[in-house]
Amino acid sequence: MSAPLVEVSSISRSYSMRSGMFGRAAAVHAVDGVSLTIPKGETLGLVGESGSGKSTTGRIVLGLEAPDRGDVRFDGKPMATPGTQAWRAQRSRMQMIFQDPLGALDRRLPVATQIREPLDIHGLGTPAERDDRVRELLRAVELTPAHGARYPGALSGGQRQRVVLARALATKPDFLVCDEPVSALDVSIQAQVVNLLADLQAQLSLTLLFISHDLRVVRQISNTVAVMYLGRIVEIGSADDLFAHPEHPYTQALVSASPAPGRRSAGRIVLAGDPPNPAARPQGCAFHPRCPRAIARCAAEVPALSAVGGDRQVACHLVTGPQAATQDAA
Amino acid sequence: MAPLVSIQGLNVAFGGVPVLRGVDLALGKGEALGLVGESGSGKSVTWLAALGLLPRHAKVTGSVRLDGRELLGAPASELDEVRGGRVAMIFQDPASALNPVLTIRKQLCETLALHRDLSGEAVKAEALRLLNLVGIPDAVRRLSAYPHEFSGGQVQRIMIAMALAGNPDVLIADEPTTALDATIQAQILELLSTIRREMNMAMVLISHDLGVVAENCDRVAVMYAGRIVEQAPASQLFADPMHPYAQGLIGALPPLDGPRRRLTAIPGTVPDPAHLPDGCAFAPRCPLAAEPCRLAVPGLAVIADDRAVACVRAEASRRALLGIAAE
Amino acid sequence: MGRYFAIRIGRAVLTIVLVVTFAFVVLRLSGDPALMILGPEAPPEVLAAFRKAWGLDDPIWFQYLDYFGAIAKGELGRSMRDGRPAIQLVLERIPATLALTLPAFVFKVALGIPAGIYAALHRGSGIDRAVMMTAVAGFTVPSFVLALVLVLVFAVQLGWLPSGGQDSWRHAILPIATLSLGGAAVLARFTRSAMLEVLGQPYIRTASAKGVPWRKVVTSHALPNAAIPTVTILGFMVGSLIAGAVVVESVFSWPGVGRLLVVAVANRDLAVVQCILLLVALTMVTSNLIVDFLYGFLDPRLRAKGAHA
Repeated sequence: MSAPLVEVSSISRSYSMRSGMFGRAAAVHAVDGVSLTIPKGETLGLVGESGSGKSTTGRIVLGLEAPDRGDVRFDGKPMATPGTQAWRAQRSRMQMIFQDPLGALDRRLPVATQIREPLDIHGLGTPAERDDRVRELLRAVELTPAHGARYPGALSGGQRQRVVLARALATKPDFLVCDEPVSALDVSIQAQVVNLLADLQAQLSLTLLFISHDLRVVRQISNTVAVMYLGRIVEIGSADDLFAHPEHPYTQALVSASPAPGRRSAGRIVLAGDPPNPAARPQGCAFHPRCPRAIARCAAEVPALSAVGGDRQVACHLVTGPQAATQDAA
Repeated sequence: MAPLVSIQGLNVAFGGVPVLRGVDLALGKGEALGLVGESGSGKSVTWLAALGLLPRHAKVTGSVRLDGRELLGAPASELDEVRGGRVAMIFQDPASALNPVLTIRKQLCETLALHRDLSGEAVKAEALRLLNLVGIPDAVRRLSAYPHEFSGGQVQRIMIAMALAGNPDVLIADEPTTALDATIQAQILELLSTIRREMNMAMVLISHDLGVVAENCDRVAVMYAGRIVEQAPASQLFADPMHPYAQGLIGALPPLDGPRRRLTAIPGTVPDPAHLPDGCAFAPRCPLAAEPCRLAVPGLAVIADDRAVACVRAEASRRALLGIAAE
Repeated sequence: MGRYFAIRIGRAVLTIVLVVTFAFVVLRLSGDPALMILGPEAPPEVLAAFRKAWGLDDPIWFQYLDYFGAIAKGELGRSMRDGRPAIQLVLERIPATLALTLPAFVFKVALGIPAGIYAALHRGSGIDRAVMMTAVAGFTVPSFVLALVLVLVFAVQLGWLPSGGQDSWRHAILPIATLSLGGAAVLARFTRSAMLEVLGQPYIRTASAKGVPWRKVVTSHALPNAAIPTVTILGFMVGSLIAGAVVVESVFSWPGVGRLLVVAVANRDLAVVQCILLLVALTMVTSNLIVDFLYGFLDPRLRAKGAHA
């Protein structure tokens, strides 16, 4: 494993949220003690349902939001103070792409102009070099200069996401945070973009934080996967192994809930209860009210994320150490 | 046995732009039929057209028969009896599918009053029974709540209760779980299949998600650019797809286990319905397309008892696929 | 809920204070009432005495505090023209104004809302286009132009109706028609777009899919939702019952509050102008408050938020 590019140590972030216009402000723990390490050139997948804190984690890692506690180190150095020269230099090495490419683009400008924009902002190259770079970027995302002359409205969803990707790559970043980048796309287009992302990552040795609710897409692109539930990582491990042998009851339910062609729903784990509400986090293990295997201890004590053998870490009182893991798998 | 619903040569055009181009589809009693395809393929439009739920400017031709009775062009009063009574429908975004200013009781009892001979206390009792059936806890109190007071999964349960209120023979579920989280999606799909079995109700499950359709349906129809391109029993379609588009869709789906492989993406994008290519609409994206593909639109040809495919290269495509598998 | 009311009412009071302050400052800075009332030929010592009598020679911030002190005690000052209490002058005129604005309000609602609903339900039809063209015309033509056109046609050309004054009910017809047409146009446009928005919502399709007959879909599913935005514009119309007829009253020489305001402004009759503005601000703010509470009544989503407190 190469040296880490991104190191996140026990970051927490809570918001104060009113329920309605008149309710009392309640603290919502969006992210609670999350630690992650992403080695250079690798992809960390972050999965979870709505309210799991995966997007907030992405924004904190990118420095778009400051954590209440904990810190983020990029390439061995702490995040620079916003607004400084060092911060700008750091920021040009990290970029983000979102789910909705149309919202991320300006409808009134040709897309080539928008791809060029970061080059102009950061003053990279002469104007002629910038034009060359825009052509190169369009080619890199498998679009033609003719596409570049169009407006976002005249492109399909997949093409727009390619444009967003080209713009994100303009400053030659080392690190890309992708928040549900293919969720709004049709399956066939989704595959195009996933392949493209994998190719670009290999060519440019990009490091990715890939956030998605779609287990299949995450597995396809990630080396390591972290599963989040109500602001905490409940399980983390290598992508293939994690989905093949999930240990945490929540991961097991997620994997089981992912429908697969050629399989009927027999034996599926269906969790009871509603999706979790970050404003009303249960005591103890946040998952225990929906957990089919919960014991008394789960309601009282928050389980810590601990190694269970191999590169796997699980936060569950019922999964302890390598022996237990083997028994579970049997 | 005569089918319960039989759709023949269904065409829909919006302002002269064809979005459905000759759809033939049959649905048997108690059958679970899946309809897959990407956005714009016409899978929802097919059933909205069948039930007369499209806006007035849509031009609909062809035939839709329910138990032999023609629905297209039927008087409004007749359609109102079918809708919600014999054929119920639930939609993708549960949060906006219920009227925000009316209580659940009002919306549920409205369907009961329209389609069932119930009155007074019996209506309320039936409403409670339905809410319990779909798993809404504390139903007595929740009857007087408004839609925004429920979570997305619960609202979809209420939609299902409303759909069941008329004791329908067919439930059309249009992307019923797309807006929901994975664990909630599993709950809703399980609820749908339990109810379907218990009530011996036919179901049409419209989804872009091949996995959802594969797991919950007996038979699947794949749509592309306003036509059905392949129809097969669910198990056969996924084990042995014949149409290159169906193969492409399955190949584009990342596997959840086994070795990772590069996804076989379908190149290009879905054609603009206003500028469809001549011949087979999929030809420009098709790896096997040949001269005849661009000449005429291939018809849906029956190739086995319960299989049909609309592709002149189906045999070649099947061989190609087996060849790849043999390698 | 109490907090919700408190915030709303506090905001309403602040609005009134701002309006009154603004009027106070603008009026003091835009001409000398003594000169306006006594005329330019008045001897300087008379002018000085007038200013002293009305407190106009005090520093402006002193006058301002004085004024608010008086308002707090319920004294709204006296007219500089005839020395009568300003409030009395204004109250005398209100019935005449309401005689125009109340019937006009009824006509606006009775004409505008059904026209808007009809146009939305028959979108793209000939009637929809006709309603919309009329509405746009009624919307863009200023009321004094409309008033003059009506006078030209019905008073001058046809001689059916009087062109001004307040002698009989026939004198009220043209002013009421002017007010109604403009307002109905605004309401029709607003109702139509609110209705179209609602008709495009998924829950309308759900209702149809349940087998609810179209007529009932419209009355029990679409209308209650379309009412929510429409209430805003209705509230604004209620708020302008007192002051919404300034132009029309002037054109038709109708002796209502609006005309009083025009005359008082021309004469720098400070107390009267301020009294009218205070009254207008009060009605506007009150109708806004009513609208806010109506929202809570019409939209359970807002009501639920209120219930948390």
